Parts: sequence; C-alpha cells; structure tokens
Amino acid sequence: MAVKPFPKKTPMREQEAKERIKNFFEVPFGYSEEEAVLEAGRCLQCPAKPCVSGCPVGIDIPGFIRKIRERNFAEAAKILKLYNNLPAICGRVCPQETQCEEKCVVGRIPGSEPVAIGRLERFAADWEAEHSVQTQIEIAPAKHKKVAVVGSGPAGLTVAADLAKRGYEVHIFETLHKPGGVLVYGIPEFRLPKSIVEREVNYVKSLSVQIFLNMPVGRAIPVKDLLREYDAIFIGVGAGTPKFMGIEGTNLNGVYSANEFLTRVNLMKAYLFPEYDTPVRRGKKVIVVGGGNVAMDAARSALRLGAESVTVVYRRTEQEMPARREEYLHAVEEGIKFYWLTQPIRYVGNEKGEVVGAECISMRLGEPDESGRRRPIPIEDSRFILEADTVIEAIGTEANRFLLSQFDGLKLNKYGYIIADENTCATSMRKVFAGGDIVTGAATVIEAMGAGKRAAEWIDKFLSGEYDPWK
Amino acid sequence: MNLIREKRKLAPGVYEFWIENNHIVKYAQPGQFVVMRLHEKAERIPITIAGKKGDCFRAVVRAVGKSTYELCMVKEGDSIMDIAGPLGRPSEIDFYGNVMLVGGGVGIATLLPIAEALKAQNNRLYVVLGGRSKEYVIMLEEFSKLADQMIVTTDDGSFGIKGVVTDGMQMFFEREKIDIVWAVGPTIMMKFCSMKAKEHGVKIWVSLNPIMVDGTGMCGACRVTVDGKIKFACVDGPEFEGELVDWDELLKRLAQYRDEEERSLKLFMERVGDLSWL
Ligand SMILES: Cc1cc2nc3c(=O)[nH]c(=O)nc-3n(C[C@H](O)[C@H](O)[C@H](O)COP(=O)(O)OP(=O)(O)OC[C@H]3O[C@@H](n4cnc5c(N)ncnc54)[C@H](O)[C@@H]3O)c2cc1C
Ligand SMILES: Cc1cc2nc3c(=O)[nH]c(=O)nc-3n(C[C@H](O)[C@H](O)[C@H](O)COP(=O)(O)OP(=O)(O)OC[C@H]3O[C@@H](n4cnc5c(N)ncnc54)[C@H](O)[C@@H]3O)c2cc1C
Ligand code: SF4
Ligand code: SF4
Ligand code: FES
Repeated sequence: MAVKPFPKKTPMREQEAKERIKNFFEVPFGYSEEEAVLEAGRCLQCPAKPCVSGCPVGIDIPGFIRKIRERNFAEAAKILKLYNNLPAICGRVCPQETQCEEKCVVGRIPGSEPVAIGRLERFAADWEAEHSVQTQIEIAPAKHKKVAVVGSGPAGLTVAADLAKRGYEVHIFETLHKPGGVLVYGIPEFRLPKSIVEREVNYVKSLSVQIFLNMPVGRAIPVKDLLREYDAIFIGVGAGTPKFMGIEGTNLNGVYSANEFLTRVNLMKAYLFPEYDTPVRRGKKVIVVGGGNVAMDAARSALRLGAESVTVVYRRTEQEMPARREEYLHAVEEGIKFYWLTQPIRYVGNEKGEVVGAECISMRLGEPDESGRRRPIPIEDSRFILEADTVIEAIGTEANRFLLSQFDGLKLNKYGYIIADENTCATSMRKVFAGGDIVTGAATVIEAMGAGKRAAEWIDKFLSGEYDPWK
Repeated sequence: MNLIREKRKLAPGVYEFWIENNHIVKYAQPGQFVVMRLHEKAERIPITIAGKKGDCFRAVVRAVGKSTYELCMVKEGDSIMDIAGPLGRPSEIDFYGNVMLVGGGVGIATLLPIAEALKAQNNRLYVVLGGRSKEYVIMLEEFSKLADQMIVTTDDGSFGIKGVVTDGMQMFFEREKIDIVWAVGPTIMMKFCSMKAKEHGVKIWVSLNPIMVDGTGMCGACRVTVDGKIKFACVDGPEFEGELVDWDELLKRLAQYRDEEERSLKLFMERVGDLSWL
C-alpha cells in the first residue's frame, strides 16, 4: 500500500465493507510496527504539548510517541499506563477528533490531518499485550483503608486502579456478571473486542483490586452497610436507563431500546444464538432511531445479524448528528441508509403484536435550542410509512435509579443525576464521591476515566487527612 | 457460593432447590427475585426467592424451555455460575385484615414468603391454590399451616373443587369481606384474577413475569404498560396492581421469541436425549 507520510495520517488497514458486514470481527486491524513508527514520525514534539490539554487524563502524548519513533514500544506502553489504565480501549473508542487530535498543531496546517494519536495509543497498548511484557507498576505501601467502588465501567475501573496503586484496599461491586459497564454490554465487538476489555480489566485486577460480580448494590448490599464498612465510596453506576419516545406502539414486539438490543448482542452474545442461549430478533428491515454513536452501533450490529436493509432516521441533519465521523463513514460504507429530518410518530403493529412499520413525519430546522443546535419542527402533511420488522430506539439514556432510589440524602440535580464537585467529585454526602455518566449524563469513556482519576486523587487526599471537601 | 445443597422434585417438571448465597439470604424480602446464569453460554433467567433457611434460599422452577429444563437437570452439589439478587421491589407487607392469596402453578412458591410475612402481621389468610391436577398443586402442607381458610381447585377435579382459581375466589368473596388480594401464577390466570377482584371492588397485587435481561432497569426488555404508562417490571415491580395492567400486551410480549425458544429447546433435546424423567 502506498503510504504518504505527510500531510495525511498513515492509513490503517481494515476489513473490506462487504466482508465485515458478515462478521463481528474488529473492523480496523491496527498499525504494524513500521506503520506506527512512520506515523510517530509525523509528530513535531511540540514543547508546549497542546495535544495534552485535549486529553481528559493528560497523557504525555509527545513522550509516548517519541518512544514509538525510537522503537522502544515497551517504554511507550509504560508511559501510557502512568496516565491511563485502559489505553487499548481509549485508543479504539475515544472521540480523538474532538479531544487530543483536535488540539494537535499538525492538524492546524491547512490540508493536513493531525497526528493519529489514538491509533498510536492503540498500537503501543496492543504491542505490550502481544509481546507479554508486563509493565512493572509501583504500588505504594498498604494504607489500611478500604474504598468501595459501585459499578465497573470506565469510571469505576479507573478510580479503583489509581487508588490501588496508592496503597488502598479497593472493592468493586458490579451488578452484571462481567465487569466493564458499557464497554462490555454496549460497545460492539467489531469496535471494541471483548477480549481487549478483559485484558485491561485483568490489568486492574493485577493491582489487587477485588471485583465482586452479581452484586446489585442497594439490594444485595444496603447503602448503610457500605457507609459503615468502607472509609470512602465511589459511585460510578453510569446512565444506563434507556429512554423511550413513548409513542403509540412502543411495546410492540420487535421494538427495542438500543440498550436491550446491544446487551443481547454484546454481553449475551446473541449473534452466536443458538450456540449461546440468548435470542435476539434478526430483522430483515430494520429502523434505528437516533443519530449518535449508539445509533451507529445498533445499526451496524443489525446489519451484521443479517438485515437486508438498515435505515437510520434522525430528526436533524448530518451536520448536527453527534456520532463520531469515523463511525458514521463506516456505517455509510457498509450500506446503511439515512433519513435526515425524520421522526417516527407511531409504530404500526399486526394482530400478533409485532411491529410492521413506523409512521414518520418530516422535520425542518428552526431556531437554535438551549444546546445551540437548531430545533427540529415537524412539517404538517408530510407523514409517510417506513416498513420495518425491527425498530431500535437509540434516543439516549437517563440516570440509573436502581441505586439512587436507595441512597437517602444524596443530592441529585433536576435530571436525576448526582450533584458532585467537578474537581473533587465529592457529593453532598460525607465520604461519598461520584463520577462518570451518573454525574454528567451520557458522555464518553475518557471523560468517565478522567473523573475516576480526579476522584482517586481527592479520595487519597481525603483519606490521608490532607483535605476534607465537607469542611 | 451458589452451591446447590438440596434438590427435590415437587411435581412433574417442577423442582425445588436450596441454594447457598449469603447476600441473598441476608437481604431478600418477600416478592423479590434473582437473575441466574447457569454457564458461560446461558441466558440470564429471573427466578423468585421462595424462602430462606440457614445460608440457603429456595428456588422453585418449572421446566418450560431450554434454560429451565437445563436448570432442572442441575444436581445437588453442583454450583450455579452467576446469581444476582435480591432484585425488585419487595411486597407491601402490612396489616390489612382479611387477605386473599391466590396461587397457581409455580406461582404458589412465590406466594409462600408473602403469605408468611402477611401472617406475621396478623392478617387472616384466605388461600386459593390451583393446578391442572392434584400432583401440580405444590406446597399444600406449608399453606394449610398458614391459612385460616383454604380452597384448592383442579382443572380435572382430582383434588379439591373441579374448576379454576377464580371459582375459589368467588366463594371467598361471597363468604367474607376481603380487604386485599395477592395473585401469583401464569399470566393468563393473573389476568382473570384481576378481573374477578375488580368485579368485587378489591385491590389486587399480581407478580408479573415479563421477559428480562439485566433485571436492574438497564435494558427495558421487561417493560409493561400499567395505568397507561411504561413501567420496568424489574425495578418498578414485579408486583403491580392487577386492574391497571395491560394484560393482552404482556401476553403478546411473552410470545416474542417463540420461534427461537422452540429451536433452542429442540437442539437441547437432541443433545440430551430422553427427558421423560422430568
Ligand atoms: C452503545 C454505546 C456506544 C458508545 N460508544 C462510545 C465511544 O465510541 N466512545 C466513547 O468515548 N464513549 C462511548 N459511549 C459512552 C461511554 O461508554 C460512557 O460514557 C461510559 O461507559 C461511562 O462510564 P461509566 O463508568 O460512568 O458508566 P458505565 O460504563 O455505564 O458503567 C456503569 C456500571 O455500573 C453498574 N451498576 C449500575 N448500578 C449498579 C448497582 N446498583 N450496583 C452495582 N453495579 C451497578 C452497571 O451495571 C455498569 O456496569 C458509548 C455508549 C454506548 C451506550
Ligand atoms: C420476576 C420473575 C420471577 C420468576 N420466577 C420464576 C420462578 O420462581 N420459577 C419459575 O419456574 N419461573 C419463574 N419465572 C419465569 C422464568 O424466568 C421463565 O420461565 C424462564 O425464563 C423461561 O426460560 P426458558 O429458556 O426455560 O424458556 P423459554 O424457551 O425462554 O420460554 C418458554 C415459554 O416460557 C415463556 N417465558 C419466557 N420467558 C418467560 C418469563 N420470563 N416469564 C414467564 N414466561 C416466560 C415463553 O413465553 C415461552 O412460552 C419468573 C420470571 C420473572 C420475570
Ligand atoms: S486517552 Fe483519548 S483523548 Fe487521551 S490521548 Fe488517548 S485517545 Fe487522546
Ligand atoms: S500537538 Fe501534535 S505534533 Fe505536537 S506534540 Fe502533540 S501530537 Fe505531536
Ligand atoms: S430487565 Fe432490563 S430493564 Fe428490566
């Protein structure tokens, strides 16, 4: 393959669209050593490191890239792990284009693309795993204090790893049978192989973090017991409750929340039914409602389950859609159709209670709303029916009330999310910290990790008596 | 953890298990359930906590499809891979006066801890238990100790009254002033019990069992329409007021994976062979 070193990113080889829609294997293959070194060569090693300010966990980006350029891959991985406990995950799923890479000076040169920081991060993390180099991480002497972490998503895993490194005894409680939160139940295999999540979770365990699975905190352990038995508590339960539009026909068979659809496919491996026991509807004509990453994941999963057509309906336009550009382009390449400025207003069912179509209405864009995006307004007399045997609503999630309904005294905002200090992650209750989606609402993996990092720092300060956020 | 300490056959295709699990035993309340996964490739299936003893809780399971067949084949001394719980809102136990309890099939087992808790609050218990025939009416002995009055109905008349549980309900309604009803059993039974209770203007709790995945409010698979609103049975229920439930929708949703379920069970039977001992 001809590779132009400059001004474009070194391309990453990937599975052809017509092949990959038939399987759940990862789409991009990752860089070879040569490609990684070539790409690392594009970095200017800026002394001001503007890229670092775009990374929520502040990775020494030029530092690790320099090690790749010097072919010292083990050292590159070690630098990453100083800042980021889950680099192979972030390298794959971070929205780099709006974070580190957005700040990269190379990308500011007209006609140039930024350095492919995410791909290099992925490369170094995978290289380390493939060469079984165990980065030696220093663990501080035991502090004899116990911290409970509720939820094993990226926020919980990060706070746990960082506190363990500082010498605390950390127990993670997770209600599902696998750790990882959205990383295992939401993001599909073809974007983030579950073996990679497992690998990074094992790394966290290797720091002597204990993970207790099948533990719905609030029921299996009452909140008062947690408060009594632990010196500090971190809540990282995510924003995992699906919203439904609530239009007529929502409870027809074949209408899913993206959470259910993706959980069946990813966590329960329904794409391998009947080898695995959990079924999922393999729709022929699938409609996905929404325009974010979750919608792209649901649409691309439905395609891989054998759909003849998958149509995404989104009430705004391509410009407003929140999905990562890369994922959107992947979806287009794979043949997913898009109906912009379209909104379902009713699902049509047959006598067996199965969905057979969605009645939709066209929209136009009006004045900007509070989010700054132009508000979609329905156009009268523009109704039409789209045929479908499966509909997946990916219109967002809300606060998971499972734990919060048991947590008397914890202050929530008007949307039901926990109120926590942006910097310290301290909540309204003494010794209780919180971070990730349950504080910010649905956000990103790296932001959840950033919160976990800050929380670890302040929990350490709190437990060592250096600072008390409640005084 | 999750070791099966005792296993007993209660009726054809119905088994009782006593399973070790400290957390569940310590915190479970009447009306709550667990979600279990038998092995790496298994589904997550919800099963009610039907009692506790020492460090074990009781599960009573009826074999209806692949997962429950497989569960009924698990032996004493084996362990279940994953059990999460307790889940769901506990029953609203209080003093009401005259309480009618209606149980059908394995629902009878679900009803037992509720009955015990209501008895402990000094309620008078009017119990109706029903089954296809005598051998399917489980836990007769336990209930006869608790009940102030009891009626058993069987479809074929092999025991008690020939008829269905709503016939038993009617008899109690005629004899006594009933303050509240609990009905647990097959969905169709609970639907008719709700109609019967409504006819007499008495509040009724039913324990719904829609298809679930996580059991913690994360997926929405278990959604049911109650009083015109979408509710998640795993966190808002499983108990709801019967007369507010959209039963026909629930019945349709339960049939959602019928083809897949049949295929799965057929493959399973081909693999394990004769299942007549169940
Ligand atoms: C389909 C999908 C695709 C996405 N794609 C991307 C992407 O490409 N890039 C990106 O950056 N972000 C993406 N996101 C967003 C990102 O995954 C989340 O922002 C991130 O996972 C939030 O992390 P968290 O730790 O706060 O919570 P979560 O990952 O939600 O984890 C919370 C965990 O807590 C557990 N839990 C909840 N209640 C309890 C309880 N009471 N007791 C015990 N455990 C409990 C849950 O089971 C869960 O495992 C995506 C999200 C989805 C749904
Ligand atoms: C809160 C709750 C508590 C429950 N408690 C018990 C219990 O104590 N003992 C017990 O034996 N069963 C109980 N169930 C039902 C049990 O979970 C199902 O029977 C089981 O999941 C079916 O799995 P399967 O693979 O064996 O059958 P499948 O092949 O999945 O289904 C076979 C048949 O059972 C029906 N079915 C499928 N899922 C369910 C379901 N969740 N509930 C009812 N019917 C279903 C289908 O419509 C189908 O006709 C409970 C369900 C819920 C939601
Ligand atoms: S963690 Fe994410 S934001 Fe930070 S450097 Fe890596 S890809 Fe960029
Ligand atoms: S801004 Fe870009 S070029 Fe400069 S150090 Fe960071 S990655 Fe390298
Ligand atoms: S089972 Fe998933 S929300 Fe109830």
